[in-house]
Amino acid sequence: MIELGKYAGAVIGAYGVSLALLGGLIWHSLAANARARRDLERQERNG
Amino acid sequence: MSIWEYANPAKFMRTTGAMLPWLVPAAVVATVVGVVWGFLTPDDYRQGSTVKIMYMHVPAAMMAINIWVMMLVASLIWIIRRHHVSALAARAAAPVGAVMTLIALATGAIWGQPMWGTWWEWDPRLTSFLILFLFYVGYVALWSAIEDPDSAADLTGVLCLVGSVFALLSRYAVLFWNQGLHQGASLSVASGERMSAVYRYPLYLAMLGFAALSLALILIRTRTEIRRRRLAALQARELRS
Repeated sequence: MIELGKYAGAVIGAYGVSLALLGGLIWHSLAANARARRDLERQERNG
Repeated sequence: MSIWEYANPAKFMRTTGAMLPWLVPAAVVATVVGVVWGFLTPDDYRQGSTVKIMYMHVPAAMMAINIWVMMLVASLIWIIRRHHVSALAARAAAPVGAVMTLIALATGAIWGQPMWGTWWEWDPRLTSFLILFLFYVGYVALWSAIEDPDSAADLTGVLCLVGSVFALLSRYAVLFWNQGLHQGASLSVASGERMSAVYRYPLYLAMLGFAALSLALILIRTRTEIRRRRLAALQARELRS
């Protein structure tokens, strides 16, 4: 186990915030891309 | 072969479609290894374990500025040559840059509280970074607010040119304003190797990872924008017929 000492809260907080923001960005990018591809394929099939 | 071939959406989709299966795993591996390696580095004699925050803060701050510069280049290509893919790439990059700026601001504040004794200080670099973040938010909002895509690309292009002043200020503020808490660049060619290799190598890898991850996300988001534009064109054609 890594010993973070008296600054454990700051280090974990910084990593937590960063990973949450990065994770949200990645999820949003992939979800929007999948939705756009699906909508376009449906339009091309039906159009 | 000319670089302008990639202004063709079909060519861009084919090329990025072949690139992404390699780029995404490489970006994920470099980011994860760089950040975990950084997390495992020993405590600094002055900063203690807060030195580990650097592996999120420095790569994110680097990308916050670099992405705005990329948007500036893409906006200039749109303004001068009217290539739609470049305008869509600038639009796609903005949320990525905004998140990088937010990570830099948040991790900087979390590091600053124990080290400087304050979450925030109206220091030149911190203030110019906050203004850069507001420019990112304004840029995203302006794209969403204007219905005609060409007008939106024109106006956001001008906003990008204006915001570039703050992107440059964010990078160089510490050089020409000596007052302020923020230290100088951690890594620089001019100042040589001021940082021990124990900290420097994981930082290089984390920076490479963040750069590759940002590029992958920008390409994915640009592909999304191209698909949305094509969908809108097909729907408009269907309505006319």
